[in-house]
Amino acid sequence: MSNTKKILVDPLHINNPITLQVLGICSALAVTTKLEIAFVMSAALTFVLVLSNVIISLLRNAIPPSIRIITQLAIIASLVIIADQVLAAFAYQASKQLSVFVGLIITNCIVMGRAEAFAMANPPGAAAIDGLGNSLGYSLILVVVAFFRELFGSGNLFGIEIMQTVNNGGWYNPNGIMVLSPGAFFIIGFIIWVQRWISPEVQEETN
Amino acid sequence: MIEYVNLFLKAAFVENMALAFFLGMCSFLAVSKKVETAVGLGLAVMFVLVITTPINQLIYDFLLKDGALAWAGYPDADLSFLGLIAYISVIAAMVQIVEMAIDKFSPSLYASLGVFLPLIAVNCAILGSSLFMVQREYTFTETIPFALGSGFGFFIAMVALAAIRERLKYSQVPGPLRGLGITFITTGLMALGFQIFGGIQL
Repeated sequence: MSNTKKILVDPLHINNPITLQVLGICSALAVTTKLEIAFVMSAALTFVLVLSNVIISLLRNAIPPSIRIITQLAIIASLVIIADQVLAAFAYQASKQLSVFVGLIITNCIVMGRAEAFAMANPPGAAAIDGLGNSLGYSLILVVVAFFRELFGSGNLFGIEIMQTVNNGGWYNPNGIMVLSPGAFFIIGFIIWVQRWISPEVQEETN
Repeated sequence: MIEYVNLFLKAAFVENMALAFFLGMCSFLAVSKKVETAVGLGLAVMFVLVITTPINQLIYDFLLKDGALAWAGYPDADLSFLGLIAYISVIAAMVQIVEMAIDKFSPSLYASLGVFLPLIAVNCAILGSSLFMVQREYTFTETIPFALGSGFGFFIAMVALAAIRERLKYSQVPGPLRGLGITFITTGLMALGFQIFGGIQL
């Protein structure tokens, strides 16, 4: 497999940022009650991650190691402010529902983690691909979790009724736990289970 | 007085940072392998939280809020969009100070926390509580019990999870679930337990 393809594809499965690198879990769990919100969040993170990777990679030789954390944070925070303001201006409803979680992209470990692990040591082109790959890996998990949570928690997908709930005169009794926080933990746990069952080489030795 | 106690309890149990809002998950999952390190990091997070949230509240109230600069002669200025960068700077500076203090007074704790100490700066629970403070328009006096409660809730949840994981070492877990998978499911069950606090009010 060529190197570029590896950088792009690895984060989707065997080096997924959420289920294997354990990065960016906070937002993955919090914004997944509805598919639409999960998509908006994925778009915002993709924007921030790709641009921050490119900018940090361009500046990698100019950033003194002793103050690199705060420099990276300043770059990331500026990008997040742009994303936050754009969402508030053009997608006000979604930005209200995301509440503090757009701001929390600053502390999303994926962004810092990729800046530290990849962008500081690689040219801008590769950094952009790495950013894109990791955002896609993140979005994939987000969309899968949101799909199950919205479908079983409220019988809808994208706000469109799929299974008519009992309250609306239908047959489906919504599973309340899916909307609450434990549902998110269980679903991610199961995703990890399936993923490591498919690729046994990423299993851990001990608990 | 009772409303402050209420705020504390609500932040600590009903709206637990880690289990209800999923904030601070990265360090929550990574450092909870041993009770000892979990206690250390939990205390450090609580300490940073209790200092930074009130400071950020003052910054928001006197510098950033719409019309906050009236005392300086700019009644129309609204700098609230600068909030994110201001809060994260305060937090990063504070973490640096805590890091130096722990290094000086408890080198063994410093060594065991390792890389996760500087990572408190990017712990979502800390920035999150500043953002919640702004969103819910807490006053300065309300912010203090809120920050104490959030920190305490995070501490309790993390120590409890670490204790469970220490026991989990001796159990037979199916291969693909080992490590992260079973930790997620355990945390889910803990979150389920914390749901019983829902609706408690003084």
